[in-house]
Amino acid sequence: MLSFVARSFVQKIVTLFFVSIVSFLIIYLAPGEPSQVDPLNPKFTPEMVERFRKEFHLDQPLYRQYLYFYGGFFSGKTVSWKDNEPALAKIEERFWNSLPLFIVGTIITWTLSFPVGIRAAIARNGIFDRSTTFIAYLLISIPGFFFAYLLIILIVTRLHVPVIGMETFGLGGTGTAALFMDRVWHLLLPSLLGATGGIAILSRYVRSQMLEVEGQDYIRTARAKGLSPEQVHYKHALRNALLPFVTMFGLILPGLIGGSVIIESIFSWPGMGRMAYEAILARDYPIVLTLNFISAVLVLLGTFISDVLYMIVDPRIRL
Amino acid sequence: MNSHCASPPASAGTSDISPKRSPRAEIMHLLVRNRLALSGLFIFILFIVVAVVGLILTAGTTPLYDPAMVRMQEKLLPPLSAAQVELLTPQQQPPLGIYLLGTDDLGRDVCARMLQGAWVSLTVGFVAVGIAVIIGIVLGGIAGYGGHYCLAIGHLVGITLMLCGLSLCLTHSALTGVVLLIIAILLLLGAFKMRSRGRKPPSGTWWHVLSTETTSLDTLIMRFVDIMLCFPSFFLILTVVALLPASIYNIMIVIGLTSWMGTTRFVRAEILSLREQDFVTAARALGLSGPRIIFRHIIPNAIAPVLVSATIGIASAILTEAGLSFLGFGVPPPHATWGNILADGKRFIFDAPWLTFIPGSAILIVVLAFNLFGEGLRDILNPRLRERY
Repeated sequence: MLSFVARSFVQKIVTLFFVSIVSFLIIYLAPGEPSQVDPLNPKFTPEMVERFRKEFHLDQPLYRQYLYFYGGFFSGKTVSWKDNEPALAKIEERFWNSLPLFIVGTIITWTLSFPVGIRAAIARNGIFDRSTTFIAYLLISIPGFFFAYLLIILIVTRLHVPVIGMETFGLGGTGTAALFMDRVWHLLLPSLLGATGGIAILSRYVRSQMLEVEGQDYIRTARAKGLSPEQVHYKHALRNALLPFVTMFGLILPGLIGGSVIIESIFSWPGMGRMAYEAILARDYPIVLTLNFISAVLVLLGTFISDVLYMIVDPRIRL
Repeated sequence: MNSHCASPPASAGTSDISPKRSPRAEIMHLLVRNRLALSGLFIFILFIVVAVVGLILTAGTTPLYDPAMVRMQEKLLPPLSAAQVELLTPQQQPPLGIYLLGTDDLGRDVCARMLQGAWVSLTVGFVAVGIAVIIGIVLGGIAGYGGHYCLAIGHLVGITLMLCGLSLCLTHSALTGVVLLIIAILLLLGAFKMRSRGRKPPSGTWWHVLSTETTSLDTLIMRFVDIMLCFPSFFLILTVVALLPASIYNIMIVIGLTSWMGTTRFVRAEILSLREQDFVTAARALGLSGPRIIFRHIIPNAIAPVLVSATIGIASAILTEAGLSFLGFGVPPPHATWGNILADGKRFIFDAPWLTFIPGSAILIVVLAFNLFGEGLRDILNPRLRERY
């Protein structure tokens, strides 16, 4: 166990190093420069551009820029080129906006997909199974922005609740209950939209895991000794089918920063996805690189957690 | 699914033990039975036909069916409304005299724009997935079949130089890049030559250091896959597309270059398991050459899962392109894509809902068709799944 942890730690550090190089190269080798963002702005004289380039070390060779950036990153001194605010503080602020979306979305995904997947597997090829299969494909295939507009039209015209943004302006004096419901309505739609793909994929996966286990010999044995169907399905089959899902707790971690760019920009939600989008448009390289690095860390951490969890729940696995 | 597709019944006869159908007929039979997959295939073919017809009708400087013709007097007309002939100049007349799918806020014919966008979706899907599949098969094949090949430091230096040279060629100074590339190729050729002659370099020289063995080719490729998987894919695509000049080819290439990792992984896994099988040993015993074994015997057996993931990959490439167009990246404006028709139409969502619903449903139907066909193909081509699901 300890040797596995040490080995994978070293491996992940090396991977991270190469990720940092690749992301740096992708951004810096792309045509155009951040100092040319606004060439038509009359305030941007050549002297200004020169000062800008000097200030942010853009006139130095590439490897020096790399060292400057990651030096600044690890000492927490990286600043956004747009407004000179510390990058990490900016990201943290957005992170707290994205977190509720992520949590609600995850809860919706996991509480919906398990019952649906299990039911579909038990009543295989029935009406329920066929219709949920089709709905799952529908949800995977529907473009997020189109679905978002369908839901917005539905909610706004039928229920008359505002859904754009994080909260409605000017609700100051209406009491806590109204404020709370306002927040809930604003939160529900974007998190549901963020969860659609997850619901479809996870419920299909639950179904196939469940079918896999239901075909095993020990299920036949349980049935043969006269256990009730409920006991066979929920006690013998479900518990064994749940095993791989423990590892998925690790794999949802990257979603923490992923935050859908499209959903957040439709709902004007000031989260991380939107921040990434704005930073890319403004060629705010420090923000883009920092976000990229953090998300790479989360991906690696997620796979590591899922490996460790798998070792704990399944004693047959020796890594 | 059923029991009669597996093997002929035991009472079929004493002498005739061959399968009732050829493999091809068996696949056709299963496809016809799987109605979802069949309808997916049908829509798939229909989509290709529409896209090709659309290209013929809308391409060129004076197209038959002009998607860029602005008619301000005819803006935001609902689908199937007749053109007001008296208000239009002769070249503004829509063919047939009606707007099949209505007009947008500039009075452009939505039907013509949808036809033009179909071709974009089709080519983005196929070219991006083509790139991804080619990279995936080549890298996965190398890792799976020749993965045990041990790389020396010289090889690693050569590969690094090559990558640096390539990126320099593409971006800043082509001359330095070409020089680096030539050095890298010479170095790699030299290293391979030394290895194949089996000559040991004298110790203590720099050449000796260069031929110290480090890691296997397989490890190198799979670590590279791990690195690429660390990037959040839509974010990466967005970054690159935003930095590059807007063009449809950049989108295809970028989507292709960021989605080959899955294919590489399972082509490798498939080949690792296939090359231990008896038919490969038999082929080797017959004295067939390495490439012949790989391309004639192993790859055809590994192609089924690649086909399945390519079909589903096309669906997700079309979705990605639509998402990028929706955000305003990608194909420059006068050219229509389904994503940017929807993005333009969203401002009129209550006044002109067809501008949202027509492209949205078109994307939904096409992507759904690809997904259903791909999943159906997975069931059909995998004999182990036939019985159980």
